[in-house]
Amino acid sequence: MQLESMYQEIILDHYRRPLHAGLREPFDAQVHHVNPTCGDEVTLRVTLKDGDGEAVVADVSYEALGCSISQASVSVMTDLIIGKPVSEALDVSAEFLELMKSRGEAEPDEDVLGDAVAFEGVSKYPARIKCALLGWMAWKDATARALADRSETESAGAVALGAQAAANGEQRGEAQR
Amino acid sequence: MTAQDQIVTAGRAAGIAAPLDVAAIRADFPILDRTVRGGRPLVYLDSGNTSQKPRQVIDAMTEFYERHNANIHRATHELGEEATEAYEGARIKVARFIQAADETEVVFTKNVSEAINLVAYSIGNATAGSGSAPLQLRPGDEIVITEMEHHSNIVPWQLLCERTGARLRWFNVTPDGRLDLSRADELIGPRTKLVSVTHQSNVLGTINPVAEIAARAHAAGALVLVDAAQSAPHGLVDVTKLGADLVGFTSHKMCGPTGIGVLWGRRALLEQLPPFLGGGEMIESVWMDHSTFAPPPHKFEAGTMPIAQAVGLGAAVDYITTVGPDRIQAHEQELLRYALPALTEIDGLRILGPEQPVDRGGAISFTLDGLHPHDVSQVLDDRGVAVRAGHHCAWPLHRAMGVQSSTRASLYLYNTREEIDALTDGIRHAQKFFGV
Repeated sequence: MQLESMYQEIILDHYRRPLHAGLREPFDAQVHHVNPTCGDEVTLRVTLKDGDGEAVVADVSYEALGCSISQASVSVMTDLIIGKPVSEALDVSAEFLELMKSRGEAEPDEDVLGDAVAFEGVSKYPARIKCALLGWMAWKDATARALADRSETESAGAVALGAQAAANGEQRGEAQR
Repeated sequence: MTAQDQIVTAGRAAGIAAPLDVAAIRADFPILDRTVRGGRPLVYLDSGNTSQKPRQVIDAMTEFYERHNANIHRATHELGEEATEAYEGARIKVARFIQAADETEVVFTKNVSEAINLVAYSIGNATAGSGSAPLQLRPGDEIVITEMEHHSNIVPWQLLCERTGARLRWFNVTPDGRLDLSRADELIGPRTKLVSVTHQSNVLGTINPVAEIAARAHAAGALVLVDAAQSAPHGLVDVTKLGADLVGFTSHKMCGPTGIGVLWGRRALLEQLPPFLGGGEMIESVWMDHSTFAPPPHKFEAGTMPIAQAVGLGAAVDYITTVGPDRIQAHEQELLRYALPALTEIDGLRILGPEQPVDRGGAISFTLDGLHPHDVSQVLDDRGVAVRAGHHCAWPLHRAMGVQSSTRASLYLYNTREEIDALTDGIRHAQKFFGV
């Protein structure tokens, strides 16, 4: 039945016991997003760290109020991307968006999407797609802001730090929050 | 007595004894035959969002396009005459439906949101210099609304206050979903220029004591606008009794098509209010450097209006009048007497607002412990039951009631007890499905 195919056990599990829930410090950026189909909201924080010269998702923390689809999706997302480089997490995000647009026709790649493949059934209910995407949109927004802050701080700090580094022969320091 | 009057009188005479024949009513609405989600009969409990349309309305619009379509007022040919008569005839029907003094007090708009915006922009235009002093809003003047309002009766006033420096104030809502009028003397005073209030809440069903509020507003020298979007469909709008200066409502919630709404206003006020939209039809004479304007209502109807839609609205007014507003109201109150206890019986269900069918219309919004409205409405949809989930365009009201969102079932003349049963069965099924 279509309803059961949307509300898979994995989704209900994540709804009842969401992973990585709560708002944690320190964080690099915080956003508040609402679902245009009203009734779902999420406050989400992103913490980045350096890994081999590129940004890595150190933590994603959140407070979500909403339906089972939106809540479960945030939980699944955080578990999927924490620890991944931002570039890889963005690829996962793009893959998930494609799944949402697939109207139930897609064959989702579990290697890339992990538990997120459980949301395939949602793509058959256009009104719920925004629910599933809420967390992802919030994460992308927060990450963009965090990255923008980093590059601003780096370019401003680089002048001072560069002079110091040149004097001390050290590498560029990590961006301040 | 016209044929229409005879039908109405006969209907009322019959209606005193006979309740609504719901089966006959339902047979008038083609869409109620539909099945959804793989063969489930449609249980449509979302009329507060938009109403379904009887064949009579659909046919009237089709017939207009097939036999009488032309532009109105401008054409000197027979089709133009017929189209004009159809359009202005609809205006007359609407005027009679709400007991207006005459049809020049009935302005057609796109919907009730536009009707409210018309007033806001017209007042703004008066303030910007093109209108009379009593209508102007100076910095520090006040507009009073309520926490119970639909966003369409909140946002236009926020924008107007931004443009003019006026201050927006509001009545609060009590925990049981009524307006808290205890601070009325403090809220409505010499600085108040306009009070705008909903007649019937689209979330709580609450019917507000509009005449009482209007009296206070007038005593303070303020204008009164009433949002009658949810009350007009049940024949509750009588402008001689409401006490308002302006009333807005919309066709698509009262068996008519989308694309047309009504702003009723006292004639003298409509004459004072400057135009909202400029263009063809609303003018008297046009030179390159200035224009003069038509009298109301045409002053407020720029360009080609939704003509076929006006015809549809006229047919909707005829339909409601023939069925009998008294019988529609009685039917809904009977359904409410059945539905409210049936819902409050469900464990973990909380109705927002009045739980008794007193001064209350047919919108029933509720929360369920441990279950989000999106999920409730999804399970109901799977069983053919159509409701609405979210804030219902009344986000401040939800915050005031201490909830994030709700599920809403809204009743109209074609709903039945069996459909209420389908709703309560569906809710219990949702609770089982999610293990709540």
